[in-house]
Amino acid sequence: MNTLRLGLLRGNIEIKQFMRQRESVIFTIFFPVLLLFIFGSVFKDTIAPGVTFSQYFVAGMIASGLVNSGFQQLAINIPIERDNGALKRLRGTPMSPIAFFIGKAILVFLSMIAQVAMLLFFGALFFHLHLPHSGALWLRFTWLVVLGSACSTVLGIALAGVIKSGRGAPAVVSPFVIVLQFISGVFFVFSNLPSWMQQFAALFPLKWLTQGMRSVFLPDSFAAQEVAHHWEVGRTAIILVAWLIAGTILATRSFKWSRQ
Amino acid sequence: MSTAIEVLDLRKKYGEYEAVAGISLSIEQGEIYAILGPNGAGKTTTVEILEGYRDRDGGTVSVLGSDPGTLGIHGSAWRNRIGIVLQSTSDAAELTVAETVHHFSHYYTKPKDPDSVIELVGLSEKRDAKIRTLSGGQRRRLDVALGIIGSPEILFLDEPTTGFDPEARRAFWELILSLKAEGTTIVLTTHYLDEAEALADRVAVINAGRIVEIATPATLGGRHLAKATISWNEDGKTHSKISENPTEDVLELAKRFQGDIPELTVTRPSLEDIYLTMIEGQK
Repeated sequence: MNTLRLGLLRGNIEIKQFMRQRESVIFTIFFPVLLLFIFGSVFKDTIAPGVTFSQYFVAGMIASGLVNSGFQQLAINIPIERDNGALKRLRGTPMSPIAFFIGKAILVFLSMIAQVAMLLFFGALFFHLHLPHSGALWLRFTWLVVLGSACSTVLGIALAGVIKSGRGAPAVVSPFVIVLQFISGVFFVFSNLPSWMQQFAALFPLKWLTQGMRSVFLPDSFAAQEVAHHWEVGRTAIILVAWLIAGTILATRSFKWSRQ
Repeated sequence: MSTAIEVLDLRKKYGEYEAVAGISLSIEQGEIYAILGPNGAGKTTTVEILEGYRDRDGGTVSVLGSDPGTLGIHGSAWRNRIGIVLQSTSDAAELTVAETVHHFSHYYTKPKDPDSVIELVGLSEKRDAKIRTLSGGQRRRLDVALGIIGSPEILFLDEPTTGFDPEARRAFWELILSLKAEGTTIVLTTHYLDEAEALADRVAVINAGRIVEIATPATLGGRHLAKATISWNEDGKTHSKISENPTEDVLELAKRFQGDIPELTVTRPSLEDIYLTMIEGQK
């Protein structure tokens, strides 16, 4: 059986396992929606003409969704699968590691779509999120999602390689993600942060993803409120591609099939 | 018969600790080869080097004509010919037995029929049960099912019957012997000496990273040459005698008792006795 078909079969198995763990479904898909309702309902201030904080926040949460479904999910689950022997067992079979990663990518992609679709749906329904009004914006949205998930996936695999145990994984990964969300313009308006924090956040992909999502979901006039006074779409693409390449190299070096 | 596995002067260190200190062995195609030894003797390290999981520090290894340490892109074709049953795992908890066995069958070019494998390991009644609901022994049988699904030429079994009840162990032994009858080479590490005795064509005893002896279970440690102990009851007391020729001595006793000898037993040292003496002698 060829690698691609096996990869699809792996994807099917990954999704079955994911869907049957109720906690993981809730944590990955519903938690962001819950956060959306809490933050969206509490902070309703207008932050610029025609833009409320809840609209700003939904754009940031969509970017965070890419981090949750790829980075967070893989960096937590791969160490668990390493501890329980799943990876070692797979390593002992003729299945190509490429098929394994295709399976993981399918899982990430589908859980990301589910999450983003929920955020778009509830965001549009309750928090005045405006869906992109032009083909060009939909196209930008699509490449942001694809590039963002790809980055998030390889970086999740890379971090999984250096996490020692499955039990400790959430304690390492979650603070990482939460801190990134605080400094990257999800929970706070990015331009209100101290400039040293802005500069630090700009080293990581999430800041660029939130900014990219704002360029898709907020009115064009809001670009003037950004730190650089425009959306920096080209720079976002370059930085995400750079992280994707670095993450792929790190992931292939750090990945381990068993604990030793 | 040709050789399935050839190991020469295998060495492996963890830091300063020499886990495997020069092991050589040769396993023929179609034989059941048991590796015995106390915990920490180097059994699992040795087997995991043969399975391609671990690097080695020295020596040569050939498994089905390939060096498991330098497989590279040929790894997949090589792994297609071997089956591995690892020590305790707890993966795939949310999948059912049937889903898992069927899924793994897709990895191999000539898999066995998944449903007959499930039947063979005695899990038919549990085929639609989630793996996390299985007992320890049932889980182990699933591990075995996943080890044999690809019709391996060599099957590695690392302590396969841990947690089995006696009946399940007997059934498992039958299964292993049926695989041998199909021509599968089987490498078995175990703590149970009766298991080695029931299954193995040859036994290698390992201690402190070295081979103590390689022999058939019947001749290990000169067991076949060991003297027998005859014991019987006479005048309400147990008598025993160490005998070089037990048949003659029993006949003599029978003559004396004019028939039935009360509570007669004739024993030779069990494989366990021999093994424990060997391991003790090493310390």
